[in-house]
Amino acid sequence: MRTVLDLKTGEQGIVRRIHGRGPLKRRFSDMGITKGTSIKVTKIAPLGDPIQVNLLGYELSVRKEDACEIEIE
Amino acid sequence: MKYTIALAGNPNSGKTTLFNQLTGARAHVGNWPGVTVEKKEGSILRSDNLNLIDLPGIYSLSPYTLEEVIARNYLLKERPDVIINIVDATNLERNLYLTTQIVETGIPTVIACNMIDLVNQAGDYLNSKALSAHFGAPVVEISALRGDGLDELVSAVKEAASSRRESHYVLHLSKEVEAEIKQVEKELETTSSDKLHGMPRRWWAQKLLEQDEKALEEIPLSSEQKARIDALEEKLDDDVQSVISTARFKSIAAIMDSIYTCKNPHRLSLSDRIDKIVTNRILALPIFVLVMFLVYYLSISTIGTLGTDYVNDVVVGEWAQGGVEALLTNLGASDWIIGLTVDGVIGGVGAVLGFLPQMAVLFLLLSILELSGYMARIAFILDRIFRKFGLSGKSFIPMLIGTGCSVPGIMASRTIEQEADRRMTAITTSFVPCGAKLPIIAFIAGALFSGAWWFAPICYFVGVAAVIVSGIVLKKTRGFAGDPAPFVMELPEYRLPTFKGVLLSVWERSFAFVKKAGTIILLSSIVLWFLQAYGVTSQGIVAVEDAGDSILAVIGGAIAWLFIPLGFGDWQSTVATFTGLIAKENVMSTFAIVFGVQGDVLELIEAGEWSSLAAITQHYTMSSAFSFLLFQLLCAPCFAAIGAMHRELGNAKWTLFAVAYQTAFAYSFSLIYYQFALLFSGNPFTPVSAVAIVVLLAWFYLLFRKKPIEQGKLQVESV
Repeated sequence: MRTVLDLKTGEQGIVRRIHGRGPLKRRFSDMGITKGTSIKVTKIAPLGDPIQVNLLGYELSVRKEDACEIEIE
Repeated sequence: MKYTIALAGNPNSGKTTLFNQLTGARAHVGNWPGVTVEKKEGSILRSDNLNLIDLPGIYSLSPYTLEEVIARNYLLKERPDVIINIVDATNLERNLYLTTQIVETGIPTVIACNMIDLVNQAGDYLNSKALSAHFGAPVVEISALRGDGLDELVSAVKEAASSRRESHYVLHLSKEVEAEIKQVEKELETTSSDKLHGMPRRWWAQKLLEQDEKALEEIPLSSEQKARIDALEEKLDDDVQSVISTARFKSIAAIMDSIYTCKNPHRLSLSDRIDKIVTNRILALPIFVLVMFLVYYLSISTIGTLGTDYVNDVVVGEWAQGGVEALLTNLGASDWIIGLTVDGVIGGVGAVLGFLPQMAVLFLLLSILELSGYMARIAFILDRIFRKFGLSGKSFIPMLIGTGCSVPGIMASRTIEQEADRRMTAITTSFVPCGAKLPIIAFIAGALFSGAWWFAPICYFVGVAAVIVSGIVLKKTRGFAGDPAPFVMELPEYRLPTFKGVLLSVWERSFAFVKKAGTIILLSSIVLWFLQAYGVTSQGIVAVEDAGDSILAVIGGAIAWLFIPLGFGDWQSTVATFTGLIAKENVMSTFAIVFGVQGDVLELIEAGEWSSLAAITQHYTMSSAFSFLLFQLLCAPCFAAIGAMHRELGNAKWTLFAVAYQTAFAYSFSLIYYQFALLFSGNPFTPVSAVAIVVLLAWFYLLFRKKPIEQGKLQVESV
């Protein structure tokens, strides 16, 4: 399974699925991370975590432990 | 006819600016019931019948985050007459997601497309007509910052309120889901309209299919319905909630081309360029250190403290206290009236007002950091370190400011969004040694530890360790277990804060401090002043010269035994601990009085004249002095800080918990330290040593026990 974490900084992917259930999944979909959205890793925080992603024209900070639930094509 | 208008929108969409513009910044600020999320209410200008309620900034009406639940409950239970949905026109796709949910409630909605000036500036084009047609709701283009389009907005709101034209937006879903919605809608026909709170049946049907926790609390699913949903989700290969969310974004994406034309889709925004430097892997930390240095320098080292000293010494000390004392003496008032007015009341009020200049400078800097968008970057940079202790990256600022003074430090925790993190920060900030505790540290280091260089660093280390230990221990308890909402945070565009916005924020926060914290500080200062200045003698209750005769000394003597296991079970130390509650500076000055030291004790400490302080020094051993210091560093802070905590924690129950926790923490570790110090210096093992070992083991247990299963996750599993 390829996740957002497999993207290098500056690389882009298309969301295939969010794993898990409940608050995290809901939060992701509310922020626009849904099936078919294109998502780009823009930056990794200076201490290595969290990561910054770009989607729908805005920037989002996501922890690595959460980002691994976002599967991409 | 009076109408209630709710203002809803994403965080960073300019909601606060619009609220201030519409109400002329004359708002009633309070809290939403039971939580410390701010609630603002005000009347819309140029209309005498529109009352505006500011809902918390939200991305969705999901049932998980506190803000979302507040907004939802409000829409559901209070059902406003009109909703103004403010939308950031430069970030339409994400903002309109909330719009799809708002118009579904059926409540008449006016969509306010904010930041239209930026859209025009970039040469882009927004087709309001098409947007309005899609949602079946009026759309007004505004710039809240510049005040453009507000008249049109107000008249659209009036129109919507009087015509009561409900919106009939329907999100189109796939055939399978649509069939199931129709089925549940039909089954809801027997449910009383009270239970539906005026929401359309389709709204409930969607929520129930999403297995929305809060909706299920109102209307539970039958086991037959549950089985049908399971079958549906099996078929869709995903849960209904995700399918509906995806459909919402798809429906927006489908109209984007017709409502928004972007002149240059690949331009690098100013924010991107700033972020290339500010959160750069190498430069991020140095820049952060520089910004923090500036915040500290301006609020603690220079302007803020200068202002506070001026108010304390000149305004309160010379003018108010000096003036009133002279006046009362001339009028021939009795000594106790003068004492009560000058030392009790004015001293107490002064203790509150004295913090204001420092607070105002700090609030000014904080609101610049927040409004510019840098605060979110701080959380991004520091998240990795702070989340381990149940704190937010934004907890750094309260702790840093806390080294100067806990009061503004605790107030700075207001910038933290998550309630659990904010509570944790408010409770632990005063563990960091503040400026007022420095004389105690300096005295014990100099007089008893012969000025050892490592002494002061150890005190700060103790403070930081207390924060970390408390973070880990409290995080495992029920009250902190959890905001189930994960840390998925928007990094908003950088914006230049406006003068007006910054000033308003400073004013609101300063006023809130005076109002809420002020009462506690004032009352407790007066009570303690009385206990300290008066004693019971053969002539009744009279003012006493010698502190040893005061009521406080009697109380101190009566409970001093409590501190015997800690090594300082005498009335002098106990009284100093109590007066320290007014302000920690009082600890040393009380010592000076009760031990009869000549001269200004703080100046003697600064000059390092330990021989003049021998009367105090002789009273302690190295172990008992350090134990006393530990207790002073960790126990309940001064009344002003307790007042600030009360303001941030929101209710008396939490404030009591915080004070009890801090005092228990201080007692435990002073006890452990002193008893182990006794054992290591060759004293025999006593029952008290055994107690100290048990207490130590108990803290180890609290620290290392397994985290109980998170409530949030548990709930989800059981649905």
